[in-house]
Amino acid sequence: IVPLAVSVNRFEVPQAAPVAVFKLSQDFSNDQFPQKVNLGVGAYRTDEGQPWVLPVVKKVEKIIVHDDRLNHEYLPILGLPEFRSSASKIALGDDSPAIQEDRVGAVQCLGGTGALKMGAEFLRRFYNGNNNTKTPVYVSAPTWENHNAVFANAGFDDVRPYKYWDAENRGLDLAGFLGDLESCPEHSIFVLHACAHNPTGTDPTQEQWMQIADIMMRRKLFVFFDSAYQGFASGSLEKDAWAVRYFVSMGFEMFCAQSFSKNFGLYNERVGNLTIVAQDADNLKRILSQMEKIVRTTWSNPPSQGARIVAITLNSPELFSEWKDNVKTMADRVLLMRAQLKAKLQALGTPGTWDHITEQIGMFSFTGLNSKQVEYMVKEKHIYLMASGRINMCGLTTKNIDYVAESIHETVTMVQ
Amino acid sequence: MSSWWGGVQMGPPDPILGVTEAFKRDTNPKKMNLGVGAYRDDQGKPFVLSCVRKAEAIITSKQLDKEYLPIGGLGEFSKACAELALGADSEVLKSGRNITVQTISGTGSLRIGANFLSRFHGGPLDVYLPKPSWGNHTPIFRDAGMQLKAYRYYDPSTCGFDFKGALDDISKIPEQSVIMLHACAHNPTGVDPRPEQWKEISDIVKKRNLLVFFDMAYQGFASGDIDRDAWAVRYFIEQGHNIVLSQSFAKNMGLYGERVGGFTVVCNDAEEAKRVESQLKILIRPIYSNPPMNGARIAATILNTPDLRSIWLGEVHGMANRIIKMREQLVAGLKKEGSSHNWQHVIDQIGMFCFTGLKPEQVERLTKEFSVYMTKDGRISMAGVTSGNVGYLAQGIHAVTK
Repeated sequence: IVPLAVSVNRFEVPQAAPVAVFKLSQDFSNDQFPQKVNLGVGAYRTDEGQPWVLPVVKKVEKIIVHDDRLNHEYLPILGLPEFRSSASKIALGDDSPAIQEDRVGAVQCLGGTGALKMGAEFLRRFYNGNNNTKTPVYVSAPTWENHNAVFANAGFDDVRPYKYWDAENRGLDLAGFLGDLESCPEHSIFVLHACAHNPTGTDPTQEQWMQIADIMMRRKLFVFFDSAYQGFASGSLEKDAWAVRYFVSMGFEMFCAQSFSKNFGLYNERVGNLTIVAQDADNLKRILSQMEKIVRTTWSNPPSQGARIVAITLNSPELFSEWKDNVKTMADRVLLMRAQLKAKLQALGTPGTWDHITEQIGMFSFTGLNSKQVEYMVKEKHIYLMASGRINMCGLTTKNIDYVAESIHETVTMVQ
Repeated sequence: MSSWWGGVQMGPPDPILGVTEAFKRDTNPKKMNLGVGAYRDDQGKPFVLSCVRKAEAIITSKQLDKEYLPIGGLGEFSKACAELALGADSEVLKSGRNITVQTISGTGSLRIGANFLSRFHGGPLDVYLPKPSWGNHTPIFRDAGMQLKAYRYYDPSTCGFDFKGALDDISKIPEQSVIMLHACAHNPTGVDPRPEQWKEISDIVKKRNLLVFFDMAYQGFASGDIDRDAWAVRYFIEQGHNIVLSQSFAKNMGLYGERVGGFTVVCNDAEEAKRVESQLKILIRPIYSNPPMNGARIAATILNTPDLRSIWLGEVHGMANRIIKMREQLVAGLKKEGSSHNWQHVIDQIGMFCFTGLKPEQVERLTKEFSVYMTKDGRISMAGVTSGNVGYLAQGIHAVTK
């Protein structure tokens, strides 16, 4: 070995804390307890506790692999055109007036994260002045833990919480939310969960969304939807897109970051879409040209495989129909687990109320377990959930639901 | 109602990818796209490597799930990626003092690297690029918060390497600055230092205590031999430079749109590598969470399956050879046209690109009159040249330079 002539330890690099949700999965992996349950990371599981590649995805992958006309050439900077337009239609509706008015565009991105990132970078450069890093960005309290980092890393100095979860009543803190909308600085950016709020599973009702929209319009606040669960929440694409479409009909210039990780089960192919609703076609053109510049210095152009799968599916009536069925299958299983968990807890006479389990929607449930109780669940019962008390309903199966219900019962009675 | 975006200007068209767009609009049947650096076969068609098709068939048969990859990507890919660059017997790999993460091809790798340096580099946040360099280097580093500087590299009077100028400039770079080196097949010029020259560059870089950032986007593509093309990277490491390295599999595996790349930091020891890894994850997560599976799985399958790896090495060799042949045929063609200029540089340069030496006005004429599309700096992608159109190209170049 040649002695290192250049031995300067030039990086002062401290060990960073691991990302919590992945550490949880790792701890679960290492656990030898036979009845262990992973209610951590947000990915769908079948009733056998297995990942599920959607049948329609398998079908389309076969189509792709056998199509000799396809190659691995670069996609355009903004992504696969047929993916972008069909993905935006999913969010906004086929008959969306905004689409008909040529004022809807999109950027294919790396998952929902990538879409949020692109939107955040654009806003930091061009929103509310130029490079106005002081514009407050509001994310719900609580929210997906990566929201903060996405906006902070895009250069925003001031990422703050807006009131959202009422822990005491285990529901939406509407008054707090509306209050924050009224009192925040004008032009603040708000990250709204389109449906199936992560981590609480608690969504505003339609009337509540209308109130939110009113204030946002009046106070000139920026609408940035995060739509990671369309179809997954209720089983209906239209129902889950109601809030996004309502805001579009109100005339907002807005962004919607879409993820196809969950509703297509394409987690590792990183399929996302930033849908941009502009005031008119000219604005849209200029926005997209600037988006290209941002994309170019981040990843140049997006990966093709996942976008192809989604585009082929959405653009074929037969495959589209099959996909909707697959989505409903997933949503229905989650709804079933919710119903069964609540029923079992009630049958056990577990202290507290458990209606929120069926009132909440989507993949996650905010159980209301406190951090001591969570620790007990993990250490004593080998049931892995986030410190916030968030569980992934998909981790429940007909085989483990009794053990989970009994464990929650034991935890709540033993640990306060 | 006024718009939020009233003040947003139309961005300038991307010079490299914009060339392809203009090419697509042209209706001239003889048109040639010598813009973007994507390999074409001798029929001018995109080339899907057979090792890629075979790997895809294997992968399909395995019926794998689509669960999220770790933030740092597919482990078997990152390992194979590092081995490819550093050599399987590298002391760095044995001691585990590298961290290699899967990235979104070369661009993603450079960006992660730039972000990492911007956050953690203890020296000046100045990156010295060769003059010229890939057009996207500058905005990548700038967006990451670093300053761009340059060192002399290309000598327009010889269409070759300005070795003296480079050494002179490098000798004046403030200590602990970052220097970007193209590992092989310099983009856009095709001009690479010879081994003896690399040795001197290494010496002076060491003397100035600079942090070396290697960009290796063409391993295998330059000479046709993956070890030969990685020589500079391996030499620098042997000389004690703890380099950072970006790799792309866009060209050498033809996986362009799958976005396959790697970023490596060579650290002092395994403990430092662990700390660096943890910080890379913190950087990656708020950009795209975790990387795409498909391309990495294909690349890993190829690299880790002896039969496929053999086929791949042969195909990469084949691609490099075709380009070398086109260089020779272009020069022969220009001679035949009666050009009095010295075109030796076309043969001396290496890799996908050739810096023809054409001036912007000549490029414009070549595009307007001959429908030959290339970037304004006179760079042509040799991969776009075929035995069928090399004569036409020679005609055009001669016409605008005589």
